[in-house]
Amino acid sequence: MAVELLKGNVALAEAAIRAGVEAYFGYPITPQTELLEHMAKRMPELGRAFIQAESELASINMVYGAACAGARAMTSSSSPGISLMQEGFSYIAGSEVPAVVVDVMRGGPGLGNIQPSQSDYFQVTRSAGHGDYHAIVLAPASVQEAIDLMVLAFDLADKYRHLVFVVADGLLGQMMEPAELPPMRPLRSERPDWALTGARGREPRIITSLELDAPALEEVNKRLQAKLRVIEEHEQRYAEQMVEDARLVVVGYGTAGRIAQTAVKQARREGMKVGLFRPISLWPFPERRLSRLADRVDAFLVVEMNAGQMLDDVKLAAGGQVPVDFYGRMGGMVPVPEEIYQAIEGLYAKLPGSLS
Amino acid sequence: MVAAETVIEEQVVYARPESLRDVPTHYCPGCTHGIAHRLVAEVLDELGVRSRTIGVSPVGCAVFAYKYFNTDGCEAAHGRAPAMATGIKRVNPSAVVFTYQGDGDLAAIGTAEIIHVASRGENITTIFINNAIYGMTGGQMAPTTLPGQYTKSSPGGRDVELTGFPMRMAELLGTMPGAAYVTRRSLHNVKEINKAKKAIRTAFKVQLAGLGFAMVELLSACPTNWGLSVPEAIQWIEDVMVPYYPLGDTKVADGVDALMKER
Repeated sequence: MAVELLKGNVALAEAAIRAGVEAYFGYPITPQTELLEHMAKRMPELGRAFIQAESELASINMVYGAACAGARAMTSSSSPGISLMQEGFSYIAGSEVPAVVVDVMRGGPGLGNIQPSQSDYFQVTRSAGHGDYHAIVLAPASVQEAIDLMVLAFDLADKYRHLVFVVADGLLGQMMEPAELPPMRPLRSERPDWALTGARGREPRIITSLELDAPALEEVNKRLQAKLRVIEEHEQRYAEQMVEDARLVVVGYGTAGRIAQTAVKQARREGMKVGLFRPISLWPFPERRLSRLADRVDAFLVVEMNAGQMLDDVKLAAGGQVPVDFYGRMGGMVPVPEEIYQAIEGLYAKLPGSLS
Repeated sequence: MVAAETVIEEQVVYARPESLRDVPTHYCPGCTHGIAHRLVAEVLDELGVRSRTIGVSPVGCAVFAYKYFNTDGCEAAHGRAPAMATGIKRVNPSAVVFTYQGDGDLAAIGTAEIIHVASRGENITTIFINNAIYGMTGGQMAPTTLPGQYTKSSPGGRDVELTGFPMRMAELLGTMPGAAYVTRRSLHNVKEINKAKKAIRTAFKVQLAGLGFAMVELLSACPTNWGLSVPEAIQWIEDVMVPYYPLGDTKVADGVDALMKER
């Protein structure tokens, strides 16, 4: 495979195709529509299922159906559409069927705007629908990483029979950069042994999230929670730079994490011992590594394109050991490295023993 | 004179279809869901498709339909059965996929999904139970509740000035170019039940022939929530429902009439 210039949304779509997605159901919404458009062209020519549904609500329920039938299925949307899909997320999680959802986040609340944002962090990491569960959430910071995580998303969804999000923002969805796509995987030749395929020569299978008996539903929940604990144990992902001797570690994911990297490098050039910690899995949050860092750094600076959502997770990981400061932009505003640098400089000056 | 001894061999004239499980249902006495289930199951048996059928249950009284049909099955969110069935059918075109939905599910919360499944000509079969009331939640007004009908959420009788008019879904969906076969039948007497079975059979044959979307609306009794005895409820279908919801086909696309003539 060769490196080529790819737009984020198109790269996400083509990576899903290479990963073996059999069915895509979606609804147009800026800034992710190129993903749907790519699927509209490619899926039929590969003999796979594509539907532009009547709503995001229908899209996610089509995904739910295809997933119950044992097919690798996905949808994609942007923040307001993700809100509309919450019903389906909950049923998918409750039924324990695999599904992949891309959220190219935009500014909110409400109709908000179409500019890049990270304001869906709470929505996707907390519950993404009613009931007790977390979805797996992966956050790429480059087009290449978007491709890699898209492939991983399908594997994790299948492995855990669970809902997996790939969350980007309008900037990552719209920008072009060089990246390499993986080779085309052959589609699975057989459906999984739990899938609805017709009860030929076997007992009928039922997929449901309904259980009226409270003790039985508690057992279902316990099983689901046990699965989530396994996911927490094995699927915490992050990238870090210059944290070994860092006194201040900047924590940011996706686009914000990438912009923060420029600011961190500038701070290093200015002689400040600053590192970068970039969560790749937002759920499970990479709290083990972050809490170890909390043992030896003097402070964290969380940078997000929202009012401070991952901030809560960083505070939990820091466990009150060190101060956790925050710098964020909202409403579709993207921070420039200079303003993050100034936040670093301001916080660094307050660290114990610093000359100020 | 001594009568000659005659031995009549035992003949099974009535048995549970293989497509129905041997389990008690939770339906109330006089409810016609049981009849509708049986008709669907008989048709699946007769067409020999039980082992490739996937049923999609609704939210409503038939929420546990998947426990009663002896086929693969799943449980959709309220109103979303047509979307879920679409997902199943598109990745498994050789499966026989049907939704079984009530009036709240299909004609209120799932209106968009049912219209668009018909619009796409999705090759699935829908069984639509119209009993003019919300059964499972205990008798509230449905989109199909008749003018003046008393329910727990129209305690003075349905006032069309405030709540609008009952929706005729078979007529509405019959206008969709993607719909191949749309019909309304009733379960209030043996003659109509036989016609209902024939319609259900046609609706599944439409799917097997790949002709597009098919729906059978069935006028059904809910004695419990109507506050009527079973005989009164059956009579109420005939006297009150049938005049507002005329029985018959609202869409028979090309190719479907040939299927209807087959035995």
